[in-house]
Amino acid sequence: MTISADRSPLEEQIAQWRLYLRRRRAIHGPDVEELEGHLRDQMAVLTEAGLAGDEAFLVAVKRMGSLDALSREFAREHSERLWKQLVIAPDAAGEPGKATRIETLIVLSLAVAAAVAIKVPALFGLRLSPDDELPPFYARNASLFVFPLLTIYFVWKRGSDVVRGLWLALPFAFGTVFANVYPFRTGSDTEVLTALHLPIALWLAVGFAYVRSRWFADGERMDFVRFSGELVIYYVLIALGGGVLTGFTMMMFEAIEMNAEWLVAGWLIPCGAMGAVIIGSWLVEAKQSVIENMAPVLTRLFTPLFTVLLLVFLATMAWTGSPINVKREVLIGFDLLLVLVVGLVLYAASARDPQAPPDFFDGLQLLLVVSALVVDGVALAAIAARISEFGFTPNRVAALGENLILLVNLAWSAWLYARFLRHRGSFADLERWQIAYLPVYSAWAAFVVVVFPLMFGYR
Amino acid sequence: MELGKDLVAASATPLVLAILAEGDSYGYAIIKQVTELSGGHLQWTDGMLYPVLHRLERHRLIAAKWGASESGRRRKYYRITKEGRAQLAVQRQQWQVVDSTLRGIWMKARTA
Repeated sequence: MTISADRSPLEEQIAQWRLYLRRRRAIHGPDVEELEGHLRDQMAVLTEAGLAGDEAFLVAVKRMGSLDALSREFAREHSERLWKQLVIAPDAAGEPGKATRIETLIVLSLAVAAAVAIKVPALFGLRLSPDDELPPFYARNASLFVFPLLTIYFVWKRGSDVVRGLWLALPFAFGTVFANVYPFRTGSDTEVLTALHLPIALWLAVGFAYVRSRWFADGERMDFVRFSGELVIYYVLIALGGGVLTGFTMMMFEAIEMNAEWLVAGWLIPCGAMGAVIIGSWLVEAKQSVIENMAPVLTRLFTPLFTVLLLVFLATMAWTGSPINVKREVLIGFDLLLVLVVGLVLYAASARDPQAPPDFFDGLQLLLVVSALVVDGVALAAIAARISEFGFTPNRVAALGENLILLVNLAWSAWLYARFLRHRGSFADLERWQIAYLPVYSAWAAFVVVVFPLMFGYR
Repeated sequence: MELGKDLVAASATPLVLAILAEGDSYGYAIIKQVTELSGGHLQWTDGMLYPVLHRLERHRLIAAKWGASESGRRRKYYRITKEGRAQLAVQRQQWQVVDSTLRGIWMKARTA
């Protein structure tokens, strides 16, 4: 920027104008620079035509158009930058109030429906109470109580037709069948695996409803990734509130010598947990702004910390030469580490402007991915060396499969990151790879749910 | 004569693509060219061009690069991509359909 030491009044005016532009959230730094360049070109021509500097400035600013209209256009084009609905809805939609009321009504009904659904099995003798153990039926079917309702919400919200809605019912029907037809032994490994993997498999169906028919359109799937992350954040927040509510319920009824455990364990927690999924999704949809900045902030915060952790871990291991003690939980622990790193990469990608050139943070991301790969490689080698001792149990095969899937994702991500940093490829490649990989997780989860019980004889 | 808002918005994409198909350019020059070529009838609010350019860039119809202007300031130059040329061909056909349809109607109106 050409700001000379003796700032002329004209430069002062331009600086003011630039400041006004910068305050608009939809218009980012490089855009301001581009617009300022335009302003100056325009002023140069006008000055040549005989106008004085400040006259030229006024005309040029006028021709640029009103800042409100301008930033609205920018908001429309760069909708990811701010609250779409707060900025655009008031003048675009005719009757925002009415549409919002209908949506609120639908969301509340769906949330109540989810809360009621979780209580229906109780009519058939599967009671939720603090005295008995949780019937495994609930663990296996947890996602089936609420995901279909969430799908209905998105089918309605995106205006999909009924035929499409019926197609989306198919995965849930299959899910119901496979969660319930197998004669699991109570508490068996394969039963736990089904409970853990069915939600992952079915989340893809929710995703299809979320993006409507545009699964292959650019950006739609990334929006779903963003939505998922933000839903998790909202859900945790709601759960914290729910915890406080639960605590007070117990405390207050205890004060009048009544035990409220049956209410809390039988109603409050299960109904709340189900309803919160719907409410959380609605909040994410309605108030994207507040949280849109949350996932990236967490990513920025924890990427350096995890990179340091991994590097220190590797250095310590190399220094002391102590091998990884392969215990039962080690493999799962390293799986979770990879999930976390993939999550960091995914949310960094979702928040990044794909057109921006590589910066320091991208280098850090690559370092994180590479060190995670090295750590996981060491762990896998240790496990492979002793796999014959273990024998194949369902848990180990599932954990090993997940490890390989994540390893493939990260290895290719590292390659794409390196290319991007050396200006050989674009960041969009990395983003595309990440979102193209999403169905793989669900496919593997579905495989675990459908095939593992048969393969391992319901162990 | 001033064109309606909708028509200006609809014609923005083919105009920008057509101008960039002639050679690389930047925002201010594009607007100047549009004004000149239309004999002053097509007046864009200057700022409105940039969201259009950014949208086309996102759809990979054009590509942008920062370069330097004559005065040494940074300036963003745009060039059309292969996809952009394909899109331009499609748009051209569409506009020709509209054009010939309207012509047909008005010719009939004149002879009737």
